[in-house]
Amino acid sequence: MYAFELHKAASVADAAARLAQTGGRPLAGGQSLVGAMKLRLAQPGTLVDLSGIAELRGIRKEGTALVIGATMRHAEIADAADVKATIPALADLAGGIGDRQVRNMGTIGGSIANSDPAACWPAAVLGLGATVVTNKGRHAADGFFKGMYETALGSDEIITAIGFPVPRKAAYVKFRNPASRFALVGVFVAQAGDGAVRVAVTGAAPAVFRCAPLEAALAKAFTADAAKAVKIDAQGLGGDLHASPEYRAHLIGVLAARAVASLH
Amino acid sequence: MGANETNVIGRAVRRKEDARFLTGTGQFTDDVNPPRHTHAYFLRSPHAHARIVAIDASRAKAAPGVVAVFTGADLEGVNGLPCGWLITGTDGKPMNEPPHPVLAKGKVRHVGDPVALVVAESPHQAKDAAELVDVDYEILPAVVSCVEALKPGAPQVHDEAPGNRCYTWSLGDKAAVDAAFAKAAHVSKLDIVNNRLIPNAIEPRAAVASYNAAEDAYTLYVANQNPHVERLLMTAFVLGLPEHKVRVIAPDVGGGFGSKIYLYAEETAMVWAARRVGRPIKWAAERSESFVSDAHGRDHVTHAELAMDAEGRFLAMRVHTTANMGAYLSTFASCIPTILYATLLAGQYTTPAIHCEVTAAFTNTVPVDAYRGAGRPEATFVVERLVHQAGVDMKLSQDEIRRRNFIRTFPYQTPVALTYDTGGYDACLDEAMRLADVAGFAARKAEAAKRGRLRGLGYASYIEACGLAPSNIAGALGARAGLFEAGEVRVHPTGSVTVFTGSHSHGQGHETTFAQVVASRLGIPVENVDVVHGDTGRVPFGMGTYGSRSLAVGGTAIVKALDKIVAKGRKIAAHLLEAAETDIEFADGKFTVAGTDRSKTFGEVALTAYVPHNYPLDKLEPGLNETAFYDPTNFTFPAGTHICEVEIDPETGVVEVVSFAACDDFGNIINPMIVEGQVHGGLAQGIGQALLESCVYDAESGQLLSGSFMDYALPRADDVPSFKVGTKVTPCTHNPLGAKGCGEAGAIGAPAAMMNAVHDALAAVGVKSLDMPASPHRVWKAIRAARA
Ligand SMILES: Cc1cc2nc3c(=O)[nH]c(=O)nc-3n(C[C@H](O)[C@H](O)[C@H](O)COP(=O)(O)OP(=O)(O)OC[C@H]3O[C@@H](n4cnc5c(N)ncnc54)[C@H](O)[C@@H]3O)c2cc1C
Repeated sequence: MYAFELHKAASVADAAARLAQTGGRPLAGGQSLVGAMKLRLAQPGTLVDLSGIAELRGIRKEGTALVIGATMRHAEIADAADVKATIPALADLAGGIGDRQVRNMGTIGGSIANSDPAACWPAAVLGLGATVVTNKGRHAADGFFKGMYETALGSDEIITAIGFPVPRKAAYVKFRNPASRFALVGVFVAQAGDGAVRVAVTGAAPAVFRCAPLEAALAKAFTADAAKAVKIDAQGLGGDLHASPEYRAHLIGVLAARAVASLH
Repeated sequence: MGANETNVIGRAVRRKEDARFLTGTGQFTDDVNPPRHTHAYFLRSPHAHARIVAIDASRAKAAPGVVAVFTGADLEGVNGLPCGWLITGTDGKPMNEPPHPVLAKGKVRHVGDPVALVVAESPHQAKDAAELVDVDYEILPAVVSCVEALKPGAPQVHDEAPGNRCYTWSLGDKAAVDAAFAKAAHVSKLDIVNNRLIPNAIEPRAAVASYNAAEDAYTLYVANQNPHVERLLMTAFVLGLPEHKVRVIAPDVGGGFGSKIYLYAEETAMVWAARRVGRPIKWAAERSESFVSDAHGRDHVTHAELAMDAEGRFLAMRVHTTANMGAYLSTFASCIPTILYATLLAGQYTTPAIHCEVTAAFTNTVPVDAYRGAGRPEATFVVERLVHQAGVDMKLSQDEIRRRNFIRTFPYQTPVALTYDTGGYDACLDEAMRLADVAGFAARKAEAAKRGRLRGLGYASYIEACGLAPSNIAGALGARAGLFEAGEVRVHPTGSVTVFTGSHSHGQGHETTFAQVVASRLGIPVENVDVVHGDTGRVPFGMGTYGSRSLAVGGTAIVKALDKIVAKGRKIAAHLLEAAETDIEFADGKFTVAGTDRSKTFGEVALTAYVPHNYPLDKLEPGLNETAFYDPTNFTFPAGTHICEVEIDPETGVVEVVSFAACDDFGNIINPMIVEGQVHGGLAQGIGQALLESCVYDAESGQLLSGSFMDYALPRADDVPSFKVGTKVTPCTHNPLGAKGCGEAGAIGAPAAMMNAVHDALAAVGVKSLDMPASPHRVWKAIRAARA
């Protein structure tokens, strides 16, 4: 790790000002950023710590949406009665991230800002068509995740909360990478109140994406068999030590079917 | 158990060492902070194979906080790191032993090869400055596979080893084997890859080296399994320092699994540099460094054949193995795929003729050396995968094929040099089958099939040679060191005891087990016995801990010293009791005149030895302090049967280990809880190899692809089931404890049992052969290929 300055921000406005002044980076749970700094893959001169900002905390219902503050930690979300009651898939997803130490530190905002190709939260954001709320405005989920570690966020833009529309049904099934236990493939399936189906896939490509063939099939028949019958194209999917593109394509269908089956 | 109970052999005494480990008061190398110490950072090669055209350290030397920078050229008069075992090839020639420079000279040969040592005021300054060492590399083609390395035209790792060959060596009677194959009713054959593993002890390697100018002496704290051997190799072979001027201390060490046996470049360079710098130097590896600098394990490619008669009786075995040595010969590298491998190919069976040929190759990878089991897991994997295949081919059940071939009379001379002193293989097989509920397997398999899952059962009846080793035999086989052990028993005036042992404990619980041995023998409470290890300044000598030798060899050395203590105590007691020495009996902590109630306690005798007012000073020295060296007369032969049950999800390829039963014969057991812990750890490592772990290099660039825990999968608690373990006992016949060793058995038996279970399960869908690790991707691909 290289030497850096640490600012503990008191408010979102304070944090934004510091970021603009220094060209530094926000620090949330540090579970991605600090690791990257230790490996000298990231070398920010300044870190602006968001963990003390009250505005970024909390979970609340706003109209038809469940709104989760950006610095809410994975463990807090997994345990929150509100989340379990309204969108249990989010509590499940949060409870399956990393290990307890990671869940006790890592935050939803950090995960979404980071846009790791194998991260879990981006699947929920895209799968539910959530809104990413920032100090500068609002981003629709579609179009937010631009690529590997790349989002629509501007340089000193801070995520403040994520608004998840409450679906009729939703489930996330993660197939863990045997080593890292991130998503080798993760599939988030949601059926909205109006019956529309969204399927988001993480772990399989440079960034989370929606799977149109699965969405079409499940819109016709929301059954595991309908998901299984879809042939997923391996074109454009990632290959590495742990999975070929073909295996990932196969897993997408299997996991989508299992997600749907879990909702019946 | 009560605090004053003294007959504690066979009792699950709580580990004495755990209080400090659980309260964070252990003292590891990185906890050692001598005044004015500096910090080291090693600049390592980013390339698998490159010529060093030039190194310019001037910018680094000028960087903030830098004390010194050393490169290979600075280490004048420093020899290369030695290999401790000379293998003589089938051609009668000694193995090729190319130089292993402490810091790279001329060339780098693997990613992670140390190139420069930067010493600075802080670890961060050292690391920052290392980025300023300008190395001009001319990148050369690299080879990482041992099979590819032996092909004509492969990149040459060392000029001194043409064709990348270290040796071709063989064992056994080839003519007899060929003759047996010629008349065999059936031959089972397999091609096997034993995957390369990265050890990953929980404590990364670390060292603190200092030089005391007043005494012209060095002290090295190092995370190491055998400090005396470290000192001997470093002083006599590499640095040319007087042995008595170097003290090596291996304090608390957080696991080793073999990877901390060796003399490494880092601590050697640091001892050398400590004097030049005039201040202590400290280094602790980062985990990423451990991946590219700790000796790796396994990495064999093997073709094996088993000849049988029509009833499935083994007639002969033929084995060809290629072993990867990595870029240099690590301390014991050469003996692992030969002496500790081919000699175990008889397994538990009466196979009358065995021939094994091994070719060892240099590659552009981290050196490979002993890793938990060291040669014996590789041998067991060959034998037990082959026996499984034989059972399938001969349509015999897996227990029947084994029973038809078990050795049942002892001592038994194998065709591959070893003489088994004792064993009871049927008993372990029976008990393992009971623990595994083999009888209920068919029903479980049928139930799983209803859920679309494939169940399989796999056996491994392993044997290992432990208790290394009779020095004369080892010497005849090429060992460049003795393999005895030393122990000192110091009885204090008040009757408490400090034991000094050459065996090092880094997770094995010696401080408890050895104390139990001493307490029982002297009839004193375990609490009154402390065990000191890991310090050349305190322990008389030691060959260290590896090969499950500590109790059988180190423990026996202590018993021999205890014999001397008791013999002297008898003389003192005879004097005090005015009786003849031959009439004195020692039992339960008391010296008694036979047939009377006149006695002296051990404590009274100890006090008399140190306060010799009424003492035969004309015939006997005062004091009660004895040392013994013990050289074993044979190896010990722990053996057992492991049975693994897996369930496979054919849709995803996920293998779940649903049950694992192990029945082992470790000889007499001193502390069953510690033994069970050793078995659990070993099984987890064995299952890790079979299911998860895989060191992967890029074939072109030679970069390590599995270079962190993001890609190298170690087993976690939820990857393994609750183990069902049992033991059977045939005491070792040639050491007074009757102990054989238990530290490696789990890692030796488990991979074969697991892969046999996987093959049993996958037979239903037509999969014939699958290499470790049985990862979901691999299993899915195999199922898909078989179905296509
Ligand atoms: C061992 C381990 C296992 C893990 N396993 C999983 C897993 O299974 N699934 C999974 O999804 N993740 C996993 N993670 C990642 C984990 O979820 C992290 O918490 C997450 O990726 C980042 O969140 P953080 O709060 O720690 O962010 P940080 O590391 O603090 O920051 C990450 C990035 O986001 C930026 N950032 C943070 N907060 C904001 C904000 N409010 N606005 C704008 N930018 C911001 C930072 O500047 C930085 O660039 C794992 C991590 C570890 C160490």
